[in-house]
Amino acid sequence: MLALTLLAAPVAGQVASFTVTGDAIEAPLDGLQGDPVRGEAVVRNRETANCLICHAIPDTAERFMGEIGPPLAGVGSRLSPGQIRLRVVDPTLWNPQAIMPAYHRTEGLVRVDPRYRDHPVLSAQEVEDVVAYLSALEAPRR
Amino acid sequence: MTRGGWALLPLLALLLGAAEIRPTSEYLSPEIRAAQEDPSRHPGWLWVEEGEALWRRGEPSCATCHGNIAGMAGVAARYPMVAADGTLLDLEGRIERCRTQHQGEPAFGRESDALLALTAAVALQSRGMPVAVATDGPAASFLEEGRRFYETRQGQLNLSCGQCHDDNAGRRLRGDVISNGLGTGYPAYRLEWNTMGSLHRRLRACSLGVRAEQLPLGSREYLALELFLASRANGLPVEAPGLRR
Ligand code: HEC
Ligand code: HEC
Ligand code: HEC
Repeated sequence: MLALTLLAAPVAGQVASFTVTGDAIEAPLDGLQGDPVRGEAVVRNRETANCLICHAIPDTAERFMGEIGPPLAGVGSRLSPGQIRLRVVDPTLWNPQAIMPAYHRTEGLVRVDPRYRDHPVLSAQEVEDVVAYLSALEAPRR
Repeated sequence: MTRGGWALLPLLALLLGAAEIRPTSEYLSPEIRAAQEDPSRHPGWLWVEEGEALWRRGEPSCATCHGNIAGMAGVAARYPMVAADGTLLDLEGRIERCRTQHQGEPAFGRESDALLALTAAVALQSRGMPVAVATDGPAASFLEEGRRFYETRQGQLNLSCGQCHDDNAGRRLRGDVISNGLGTGYPAYRLEWNTMGSLHRRLRACSLGVRAEQLPLGSREYLALELFLASRANGLPVEAPGLRR
């Protein structure tokens, strides 16, 4: 019974603590190492991150990709891993007007569907995987 | 566009003043737009025909009190509106009142085929007429409520309605082109639903999209929101019954 209650309570530990330096989070969340192959799967996953609803990646096989955010091709040469990490964790830390959702945040959100309350969209490991994937994402060759 | 350019977009929109609001039909693909105008290719017409039949049915029938349904021209353009008793009514709510209070029958129920059919048939009589909802007097406080809802970032994805329907109208969200989110085409036949559906059903889909609480059909929040959407559409044509992908 006690164990159950503990599990059901909001788990603060689901969101890693981090330090913002300028417009970046330099240190990997929880010191985890990201895997670019898993990161690509996270980015494409329509049930969770669903990044391609707003962004395009260099892939002619994806039929519909969004154009709300900038194309992600070559983002690794525009931004450092720390800058990408901050934008995925919570872009409003850098630009309060940012439209892009915060993927690793639970505080200060309004009217969240009870199914998702107190859970970040992506775990610390998934954030690191996405950072590893995007950091290596090449611009299309011309 | 450069990274700086993207970051500047919201600022640009501010400098340009309120975003331009365009009729929803202008955002539809040419195929859908053409079919929306063509009863032989618009499955929603089955509901319209059913609605016209229901109009003449019952004791007393809608027609007994209101005459030919053509007399409903211009009515849908004024809804939602505040009734004499202070309740904010959308067209569905208005019809349900006549059903229960004037016909003495049990309510059809939100999202029932019969209510969608009658609503579509009544709304069709206003097709092409400019939306003209009242925003002053008793409507003013509902309008403010709706505006606040519209402008609040919400859900796990922390997006306001306007961040999509003002700031990004015309852009693609996956396979959809984002419109100004007016509601002038509802009830609408949506191919994804494979049926006719109400505006509030569509609003629930947008709430789910940002992982926010989905409010009940006919809830006060969605009614106030509907009034705010209609106020943004004032002057633009009623397009119901709409056709959507
Ligand atoms: C609802 C739309 C939306 C979704 C979903 C979304 N983004 Fe974004 N993204 C944006 C927008 C818009 C910007 C530009 C800055 C801003 O206004 O937020 C952006 C900026 C970025 C940037 C900075 C790019 C640059 O060149 O400066 C990165 C990196 C990024 N997004 C990655 C992601 C990843 C990874 C995901 C999924 C985990 C994702 N985005 C999901 C809308 C979105
Ligand atoms: C016994 C009379 C009666 C019947 C039957 C009746 N109505 Fe009404 N209806 C009214 C009256 C009276 C009003 C004016 C508002 C009020 O006092 O309820 C009205 C108002 C309306 C309005 C709003 C008109 C406006 O200008 O705002 C609509 C729409 C409507 N009725 C539809 C229907 C439909 C659909 C049916 C059948 C399901 C129906 N009515 C059956 C008497 C009736
Ligand atoms: C992440 C983007 C996004 C957000 C946030 C969003 N919507 Fe939508 N909405 C869409 C898309 C995409 C569609 C389907 C294309 C269209 O018709 O605009 C849509 C459709 C609609 C429609 C139907 C338009 C039509 O004629 O079929 C309405 C009305 C609407 N939204 C209102 C809202 C309201 C009100 C909110 C806030 C509670 C909201 N939306 C939040 C993306 C969004």
